Amino acid sequence: MTAPEPVSGESGPEVAAVPGVATVRGTGVRREALYFAVRNRKLVGGLAVVVVFLLAGLVGPLLVGDPLAYVGPPAAAPSGEYPLGTTTFGQDVLAQLLHGLRATFLVGTVAALIAGVIGMLVGFTGGYRGGLVDEVLNMITNIVLVLPVLAVLMIIAAYLQVRDVLVQAVIIGLFSWPWVARAIRAQTFSLRAREFVDLARLSGMPVRRIVFREIAPNMASYLFMVFILLFGGSVLFAATLDFIGLGPTDGISLGLMLNHAKQWSAMNLGMWWWFVPPGLAITAIVGAMYVMNVGLDEVFNPKLRET
Amino acid sequence: MSLAVEDLRVYYRTLRGDVRALDGVTFSLADHEIMGLVGESGCGKTTLGKSLVRLDGRMRHVGGTVTLDGRELPIGEDARMNEFRFAEVSVVPQYAMSAMNPTRRIGRMVRELVGSRGIPFASVRSELDRRLALVGLDAEVLERYPIELSGGMKQRMVMVISTLLNPSLLVADEVTSALDVSTQRAVATALAGFRDRDLVRSMIVISHDLSLVYQIADTVTVMYAGRLAEKGPTEVIVERPRHPYTQLLISALPEVGVRYGGKRLAGIPGSPPSLRPPPPGCRFRARCPLAYGKCAEQPPFAEIEPGHAVACWRAS
Amino acid sequence: MTPAVVRLDRVSKRFRVGAFGRQELLAVRDVSFELRAGEVVSLIGESGSGKSTIGRMILRLTAASSGTITFDGTDVTGLRRGALKEYYRRAQGVFQDPFSTYNPVFKADRVLAMIRWSYFPDVGEQAWRQRVEDALAAVNLNPELVLDKYPHQLSGGQLQRLLIARALLLDIKLLVADEVISMLDASTRIDVLNLLADLKERGLAVLFITHDLSLGNYLADQTVILRRGSIVERGATTAVFGDPLHPYTRTLLASVPRLGSKWTDEPLDPGPCRYHEVHPEGGPPLAEVAEDHFVACFRLHEGRKCG
Repeated sequence: MTAPEPVSGESGPEVAAVPGVATVRGTGVRREALYFAVRNRKLVGGLAVVVVFLLAGLVGPLLVGDPLAYVGPPAAAPSGEYPLGTTTFGQDVLAQLLHGLRATFLVGTVAALIAGVIGMLVGFTGGYRGGLVDEVLNMITNIVLVLPVLAVLMIIAAYLQVRDVLVQAVIIGLFSWPWVARAIRAQTFSLRAREFVDLARLSGMPVRRIVFREIAPNMASYLFMVFILLFGGSVLFAATLDFIGLGPTDGISLGLMLNHAKQWSAMNLGMWWWFVPPGLAITAIVGAMYVMNVGLDEVFNPKLRET
Repeated sequence: MSLAVEDLRVYYRTLRGDVRALDGVTFSLADHEIMGLVGESGCGKTTLGKSLVRLDGRMRHVGGTVTLDGRELPIGEDARMNEFRFAEVSVVPQYAMSAMNPTRRIGRMVRELVGSRGIPFASVRSELDRRLALVGLDAEVLERYPIELSGGMKQRMVMVISTLLNPSLLVADEVTSALDVSTQRAVATALAGFRDRDLVRSMIVISHDLSLVYQIADTVTVMYAGRLAEKGPTEVIVERPRHPYTQLLISALPEVGVRYGGKRLAGIPGSPPSLRPPPPGCRFRARCPLAYGKCAEQPPFAEIEPGHAVACWRAS
Repeated sequence: MTPAVVRLDRVSKRFRVGAFGRQELLAVRDVSFELRAGEVVSLIGESGSGKSTIGRMILRLTAASSGTITFDGTDVTGLRRGALKEYYRRAQGVFQDPFSTYNPVFKADRVLAMIRWSYFPDVGEQAWRQRVEDALAAVNLNPELVLDKYPHQLSGGQLQRLLIARALLLDIKLLVADEVISMLDASTRIDVLNLLADLKERGLAVLFITHDLSLGNYLADQTVILRRGSIVERGATTAVFGDPLHPYTRTLLASVPRLGSKWTDEPLDPGPCRYHEVHPEGGPPLAEVAEDHFVACFRLHEGRKCG
């Protein structure tokens, strides 16, 4: 797997909102970005960590058994047979972790994609167009922003009898875009006043291309940061929902693991193997993505490359 | 002689090596002298101005001395310079707008500033009012916030504050370049007025605009690529410059009355050398039409007549 | 006399300012003048005079509030999309800050590529390269030194010349140059100025917007002096500079620092209002007091009546 491919995959919102942009850009530009990308230690290092967890989440579940089955002795410390020990009920923690990783990546990615796309569409449109369009969009954004999300989610959850991870991701995504829209709107507002936007207009570029090919690249690292925050926020939000009983009715996630551990007093009983692995995994994934973001900033900003 | 600068070297630290922004600068300033310091962007004129008042974080004092009224300025030591700043050397920065705290009334700012020097505000109040009148400002501006003043008013306000303790040396860095022509004239005239009334002993006026400097300066110093190219009385520099750079620079200036159709002016081909590190020999060599073999050696900044120094082999 | 390329007829621009846009600011009022082929017109004014707004309105980057701007006989104030793009084939602009006119994320020569994408998608690689080299030669740029570089690697003078080369790739009849040399050093600005003069020899109409009277005088055939949105004096450059009539023009000229003559304090007695000598009862904004020399009422903006 070459370095930049997962990058564009991770910054999904941008690609999804701009079908074909990455491909129509000149090959020279791409090759050069690639050149600096593979030489950036922060980007490559962060990416490596994320890829390891992603692979574990993708491949791991095929190698272990049912994460919810009671297979071993209860509350066993890590051993050769159960590398991460077992829960109070004798469930395999490693199996739970691997399945949980898959669920976590799914929730984080899908929710961040949905929120990112909505937030960018609203933010770019309002910020570039201004005027009445902006005022209407801003009003909608503010309404969603002040909705008591938890209450709404409880009502929705109560209606949906069967809930899987995907449904949870969609619901989270639909409610977490307003701050993205506001942030992107503000940035677009200030970038729109720059003279290079005037020059693009004088070059006969249509509005859509000006927004996505002139303004958006200036925010590329910021958009990636948005995705990271959305990803991390969605993972944590999912854990909250899991805790109050609105999580997936079937399956397991890192959030569910943490909450089960807390519910059954793993911390008081000294069963560190139950809550440390999922906690560490969430921290490592979100942290690695943050380091990648710093690296990406250097790749995208030619001025930072030289120092 | 109020100011003597001897072989001053100040480098900028960057990740790719030192930028020799000031590389061996020697000059002196007579009592009552207004020296105009001109040059293109990146020639080191702003660095020179800052070196006399306050080095910023990336600047490093590498060598040379600065003597003001017989006392050596500790320009490399930020804390020790505090004693001299404001009282002995003062600066009017390029962007007066950002020099003033936007959340404070101007009067309160002045009170705090003189207070920090152990001087009660009341004792300078009458002098302050007098000087405000001098630059054409009403004493009422002290009750206002910086944002309520126009660019020219702010610039004059900062001038009054900077000179309140009658410093020996005032450094004015591009004070008029952001102003409209009519305001520019008022501010420049006010600057000269401070010297005429003996409120400051001597002054360095830094500008990219030779025509402006010509209006108020007694002497003009031309900088190029971190070194002095020429220094002399204003009339001499403008009418019979000896350094090829000064000559070309003056011939590139369109004046009111000069028309493209009648006389086509020409710029100086090429661009200044990188100072990281600079090439050996005369730094103008690559762009100079008079360059010859000797120019591979760095020319000394030597007097060719009293008060007129040039760094060029052709001139001596 | 050659016909006008651009004609402004009583053009005004109102900006909405203040909370909810309740107040109005008249940035440009009743401005009329024209540009002919092979002619440089300098538009001189201090900050807030509306000079840049006029340039932007001619380029349709800002909409005019009233009045008409005709280019080759068609009103450009209402142009949209396709028609606007075709207008930009004939009319182009260069702006004050070269570093803000280039998108910092991309290489500088992208401004040339944008012209190709929009206007010459069918031109082959070889033919395009030739065109680029011709345009660069016209502005005295060495292709090897400026192509494939980032904006921060080039000097301000190089960047401005590259923008003029960009305009030359199109078959333009009008160039709006807004303070193009005010950020350049003295040793290079004159070369850019001469370049604009060469464009005029090619038969282009050039609108040279500046705050610097000596620069305006060097280049222009016609001079327009603006103050707070209104024209106070205009006409042949020799007339306006040789025999300035309006008190504002006289103040400006007296304030310009010149080499070889120091500021003097001689009183500037403008004499009786020349406008009202021609139009005792008032009339159009400007009075023609001599051949190709127009002047506004001497008391304009002072809130007093003449006479």
